This record gives sequence, C-alpha cells and structure tokens, in this order.
Amino acid sequence: MTGAVINKRRIAIAVARKDLTIEWNSRILVNQVAPFAAIVMVLFAFALDNDGILLRVAPGLVWLATLFSMLVVVQRSFTVESADGALDALRVAGVDMGAIFVGKAVALMVQLFVLELMLVATAVVLYGVEMTLAGFCEAIVTLVVATIGLGSVGTLYGGLAAGARGRETLLPLLLLPAVAPVLIGATRATEAAFGSGGATVSEGWPWIGLLLVFAVLFSAVGTVAFGPLVDE
Amino acid sequence: MDTVIELSGVVAVLGQFPALAGVDITVQRGEIVLLQGPNGAGKTSLLRVCAGLLPIERGTGQVLGIDLATNREAIRSRVGLLGHANGLYLDLTVMQNLQFWASTVAAASSEVSDAMATMRIDGRLAEVKASQLSAGQRRRCALASLIVRRAEIWLLDEPHAGLDAAGRDELDALLRSAVASGATVVLASHERDRALGLATRTVTIDGGGAA
Repeated sequence: MTGAVINKRRIAIAVARKDLTIEWNSRILVNQVAPFAAIVMVLFAFALDNDGILLRVAPGLVWLATLFSMLVVVQRSFTVESADGALDALRVAGVDMGAIFVGKAVALMVQLFVLELMLVATAVVLYGVEMTLAGFCEAIVTLVVATIGLGSVGTLYGGLAAGARGRETLLPLLLLPAVAPVLIGATRATEAAFGSGGATVSEGWPWIGLLLVFAVLFSAVGTVAFGPLVDE
Repeated sequence: MDTVIELSGVVAVLGQFPALAGVDITVQRGEIVLLQGPNGAGKTSLLRVCAGLLPIERGTGQVLGIDLATNREAIRSRVGLLGHANGLYLDLTVMQNLQFWASTVAAASSEVSDAMATMRIDGRLAEVKASQLSAGQRRRCALASLIVRRAEIWLLDEPHAGLDAAGRDELDALLRSAVASGATVVLASHERDRALGLATRTVTIDGGGAA
C-alpha cells in the first residue's frame, strides 16, 4: 500500500471515530432520533389500524421511517462540522476531502444500521412480522447493502447542503428524490425477507443487486465529488 | 533567518472584485508580522493567499519555498489559518479535539501533551467539552491544534476578537511563546495598539497593496 493510501485510510478512520465519539458524547441518536423513528412507526400503526394491511406495508414503513430519521442524522452530522467552522478548518488544512467523505459516511452508516435494526425489531413486535431463517439472513444483507447506499448519498448531499442558505429545507428536497431507488429496492427486498403479500425470499435477491449497484455508484461518486462540492 | 513568505506584485481577485492589487511582502521565520489597514483593504485576502486558498492572478509568490502559482494546495498542510471561528468540535472535549487533529497528521501523543503545555491547557481543562469553554479557552484550544498539526506559519485573522482584556494578554503571551518555539505569525487585527505591542514588524495594506 502506498503512503497516500495509508494516509487517506488513517484520516477516514479518524473522522469516523470522531463522529461516533460526538454521538457517544451527545447521545442524539439514542435520545432523540430513535424515539422519533419509533413514534413514526407507532403513528403508522394508528393511521392504518388494520393488522393485514400493516403486515403488507411493514417493509415500506420501516424504510420510510429510516429515511425520515436519516434526514435528522445527516443534518446533525454536518451541523457539528459547521458550528465552529470545523469542516472549513479541515479543508483549509488540506486534509483529504475524499477521506473525510469516507469517514463521515462510515459513521453515518453505523448509526443508520443501529437505527434500522431497531426499526425492524419494532416492526416484528408492533406489526406481527414473522421471518424464516433465510428471510432473516436476507433482511440483514438488505440492511447492510441499503445502509451503504444511504450513508454514501446522505453524506454527499449533506456536504452539498451544508454551506447553503436554508440547508434545513434544502437537504430533504435534494436527498429524498436521490434515495428513491434505495426506498424501492430495499422495500421490495424486505418484503421478500418478511414474506409480505406472499413474496418469497428468492424474489428479494435481484433487488439487493440493485441496492449494491447504487451503493457502489454513490460511494465512488461521493469520494471523488465531495471535495469539489464542499469547496463550492 | 530564512524567508518563509515572499510575494511580489501579487494580484488576486474575489469573484469579479480585485482583492489584492500588487502586494509585495516578505516574512522571515520567527517574525510576528501585523497586517494593518481599513476594512476591505485586503488583509484577510492576503492571509488566504498565503494559506493557499485564494489563487493569485498575477505576480509571483512562494510560501515555505512552495510556488503559489503552481502548487498552492501543498501549502495548506504546512500553514494554519485561524479566522473568527476556532474550528473545534463543540461536543468533543479539548483532549478529544486535539487527539482528532493529531490523528489526521499521525502526531504522537507526546506532541499533544507538548501542545497542551505550550497553550497552558491542564488536565482538568482537557476534559471539558469545547461547548463549555470561554472564548479565550476556545482560542487556546484552537492554537494548540495548530501546534499539533505542526503548522509552521500561523495566519491569524482578528485573533483578539471576542476576548476580554485578560484573554488578550494571555493570547499575546502564548503567541510570543509559540514564536519562541519556532512558529511564524502573520496576523490581521483592528486592535492597533495591542497588536503593535505584540508584532515585531508592521505591514500596511491599503487598497489591496502593501506599503
């Protein structure tokens, strides 16, 4: 491995550790985002108020709640950077922006994965979802691959919106359309994992393939484009 | 003494507006140079040019021997620019902030300890979150991060802003101490009397040019 690659890896690890330490210190995910996501799931249950329908739409509700919660987590991820000009300081110091992207995306993925596990558990308890072992494995793979895509695109658009006026409203406008493929793919794959509407586990794998393409694409694009976008 | 900044006839623009109109300036290692001039004179722009952030349109310039026209991005890792913000993570402790900066340049923990000692950050203060620090303490933490980053030239834009009298005295003492340890400081300040007492040399920027 070359020195430049080792250097980028060290910076990415430092940024990821820093973001997770900030979360550990502030407990925003545990104390605010997770309860928000749980409330969304409960409100869906009240609004639909039909076990059959809930079971059918549970995968979509899990991913919608994930997307809404992700908006809060991404906003938070870049608020801590701009509160005292820290991201500017990193940029001014010539710290590799691609490595910063990777570090922030990994930290976001870790937080989203924890959140998604909680939401799936909530769906199992609240909506009466039942899974086979194969379905459980497919659900875990879906969570992992979809989270990589969401983390990458969330970090990219979070960085883009961070310096903009009205970023609180701009971020959802930019991010939600961009993650529509993840919502569709992850929902279909989770339906197969949950067996919703008679879907079988094998029907989910092509959708996981789509999620994988999305994750690879946005990880690559984000690593290259994050620096120029933040500079703008 | 060796020359660390050497600009000759440097012209820089911000958008469509001229920010610097033919600046000539030379800074030697170990100096504390005060840039003075009215608002809009180009002091901040000059600091940004020296930090490799603002490209030069005409003229020639070198910072730490690196050509500003062809390789300005290489300068960024060797200088520290501190503006009105301190560049701290408010939910991290002082120690966690410094450790983060240390990890970006693979600095040893002894370098963090040395930076804390230079900036008079004791063990109790090191464990306080940046959000709970006073303005002066935050500024000390930010300066400590420049030491940890091994910044050879400190470019400070209004470093006294937001500090009380005691904090300003302390900052001046810390800057003198940092220069004694090998740093070079270029600062822009409206606090003329105070900065004159601190600086070893003054450069007046007027209308984008240095006199």
